[in-house]
Amino acid sequence: MRIPVSALIGMALTAAFVLAGIFAPWIAPYPLDSAVGKVWEGSSSQFWLGTDTIGRDIVSRLIYGGRVTIFVALVSSMLSFSMGAFFGFLAATRGGWIDTLLSRLVDLMMAVPSLIVALVVLSVLPLNLIVLILVMGILDSTRVFRLSRAVAVDIAVMDYVEAAKLRGEKQSWIIFREILPNALTPLVAEFGMRFIFAVLFISTLSFLGLGIQPPLTDWGGMVRENKDGLVYGKAAALMPAAAIAVLAISVNLVADWILSRTSSLKGGRGG
Amino acid sequence: MVDHRAADVLQIKNLRIEATAYPPGEPPRHLVLVDGVSVSLAKGRVLGLIGESGAGKSTIGLAAMSYGRGGVRLSGGEVLLNGRDIRTANAQGLRALRGREVTYVAQSAAAAFNPAKRLMEQVIETALLHKVMPRAEAEARAVELFRKLGLPNPESFGNRYPHQVSGGQLQRAMTAMALCPKPDLVIFDEPTTALDVTTQIDVLAAIKEAIHDTGVAAIYITHDLAVVAQVADDIMVLRHGKTVEYGTTDHIINTPSEAYTQALVSVRSIDHTEKTATTPVLRAEAITARYRGTDFDVLKNVTVDVAAGQTLAIVGESGSGKSTLARVITGLLPAAAGRIDFAGRQLSPDLANRSKDDLRELQMIYQMADTAMNPRQTVGTIIGRPLEFYFGLKGAEKRARIQDLLDQIEMGKGFENRYPAELSGGQKQRVCIARALAAKPRLIICDEVTSALDPLVADGILKLLLDLQAKEGVAYLFITHDLATVKAIADKIAVMYRGQVVRYGQKSEVLAPPFDDYTDLLLSSVPEMKLGWLESVLASRKMESAGN
Repeated sequence: MRIPVSALIGMALTAAFVLAGIFAPWIAPYPLDSAVGKVWEGSSSQFWLGTDTIGRDIVSRLIYGGRVTIFVALVSSMLSFSMGAFFGFLAATRGGWIDTLLSRLVDLMMAVPSLIVALVVLSVLPLNLIVLILVMGILDSTRVFRLSRAVAVDIAVMDYVEAAKLRGEKQSWIIFREILPNALTPLVAEFGMRFIFAVLFISTLSFLGLGIQPPLTDWGGMVRENKDGLVYGKAAALMPAAAIAVLAISVNLVADWILSRTSSLKGGRGG
Repeated sequence: MVDHRAADVLQIKNLRIEATAYPPGEPPRHLVLVDGVSVSLAKGRVLGLIGESGAGKSTIGLAAMSYGRGGVRLSGGEVLLNGRDIRTANAQGLRALRGREVTYVAQSAAAAFNPAKRLMEQVIETALLHKVMPRAEAEARAVELFRKLGLPNPESFGNRYPHQVSGGQLQRAMTAMALCPKPDLVIFDEPTTALDVTTQIDVLAAIKEAIHDTGVAAIYITHDLAVVAQVADDIMVLRHGKTVEYGTTDHIINTPSEAYTQALVSVRSIDHTEKTATTPVLRAEAITARYRGTDFDVLKNVTVDVAAGQTLAIVGESGSGKSTLARVITGLLPAAAGRIDFAGRQLSPDLANRSKDDLRELQMIYQMADTAMNPRQTVGTIIGRPLEFYFGLKGAEKRARIQDLLDQIEMGKGFENRYPAELSGGQKQRVCIARALAAKPRLIICDEVTSALDPLVADGILKLLLDLQAKEGVAYLFITHDLATVKAIADKIAVMYRGQVVRYGQKSEVLAPPFDDYTDLLLSSVPEMKLGWLESVLASRKMESAGN
């Protein structure tokens, strides 16, 4: 099997981000939170990407910030997937009032912009990682619900699902053994997309001050801290912004390749 | 052999067609679809192309207008249309040619018409596009063609939208569309395959008459030799992209020289003598059924029974309620009225309330084996699941029983770890049979199980089913629209029409005169493998086909 260059680049970059996050304390040249240089220094051999608004090393903060950003985005997209896919499959296989109830509930949630819901909820609830992840996961699960319901509705009318029903199989067998394996490829590709949206979402929240709180930091928070420097021609705010963009693109390249490997939702063993 | 004349409309010499397939996750594969095929066709003649799926019939048909489907290349030989080689013609040349000198009639008219435009617009479109005639003349010609093709109210027929006419009428409208720009060659690609048997005969007669009246040359593609025998002057038998035999219709039907052609001609000649009736294993009594949210009875007071170890064939056209009856018996669609007795006990109308034994003893085989098997389960898992689910078999015991079943369906070793995508159409259907057998059922419902298969493969499946019935004593409820299949397998027959059983009894009684009008129509509509059958049937009909 040949993997296209674009997918290889995507995989390499994604892996680099993840590894840097995992081994942050060993890789980062300076601690997260100590002012080691002057304010807004340019890049030098000592501080590769310069220093920030209070003289902290940007490379180190990028590495620690990436750790938080990726962790929060990953856990919240895992949450949105488990919830969205479970209820989506349930709606598709059960149909009837369960389907109607869940679908209308999701319509209702999607009718209000999720950023506004998140802002309201987060300004009422205590700000910590668990609340943040729960809010993001639940809001995002509506989109996963839509996709998995659509995919499962297609699969649920196949004769092999009917054959399983005629055999007397339980609901769990039908969902996990008949439908899930055939729905996996589009869902995995969608996981990549949802992960990117989660990265953007957490960055937005942090930029607005409702996401990750000091002393922890993330990329969106770093943009916020350094945005005033842009007025004076200091590039510090652009570094975390670039990191967000590169991560988004590299995950996208991998997701694209996974999706291209199956042209049909029903056929093909690969993937 | 057919002699080649200089005045031929179409001459194909030594045609070679290649393609590259890109299976997901595997290296690209190079395929030769058609190799060394030569054809010649004079004005006013009809050439039949016949063969199984994958034989290259449609590919050759499309090559006659120098067209290859995505990834297909016409890589060698000559395609001469009116004396010019069009295989290497450029896009502009082809555009001028297609729709003017050569036109095409597709299998599924419903998918080929634009649902948003009236029929007249679409029928005269090509004639106007190529400036063959002015609009008024084109419309007059279209009306004339509608009349010739036996369409109702030819003057106003063109004002309708595609969804407002029946499938058979739409197929004839497409024939009118192909004939309207006065082409020299028309390619008919399985034009009657998707139609019911009683409608097929009308469309067939209309097409034949239109071809002869307009004097065009035609290529008629089909997998049904009996159909092509009615319309073609010459027949080419194809297999795996190569010519097996090429000659006049009379020669191919009456004195075929190749073994493969002989097999095609003699297909469906299984000799099956009916068994005498015994105690019924299933009795469906006074069943009435309707779909949720409708007030129309799809089944009206249907009573049938299936004797233990025997076959009841349910025959009828699409919409007659055959498959609905199967859904009612399996419990997928609970009946509105009536009762079902199975193996001496009354079955609950709803699937959810039936016991595991009820479910086990009543199995089902589907028309499309492709969609009846989970593409991500191996053959071993597919056959093994009922063993595990109903009998709790595990490990070596289960594997041994799976191999037993594979032996029974004559597939032998090495299939257990294959995926459905790695099986041929016939093998897929055999695996579905094995899955049903694994449950040790008393009754198997077979819903059009041979309809999607090539004739020779279908023959093999029917023989296997008969064989298994003799060994295992399982009863079949065999749903089909194909009377040749019924003759081959049934002990008892129920003829269904518009939700009712119109004729019911032992095979010998049902198939012996005197017939009611519908059974007569149905029986007489099945194409027979002899010349002149179409004319003789049309001359002696009592009832209009159901499609009109």
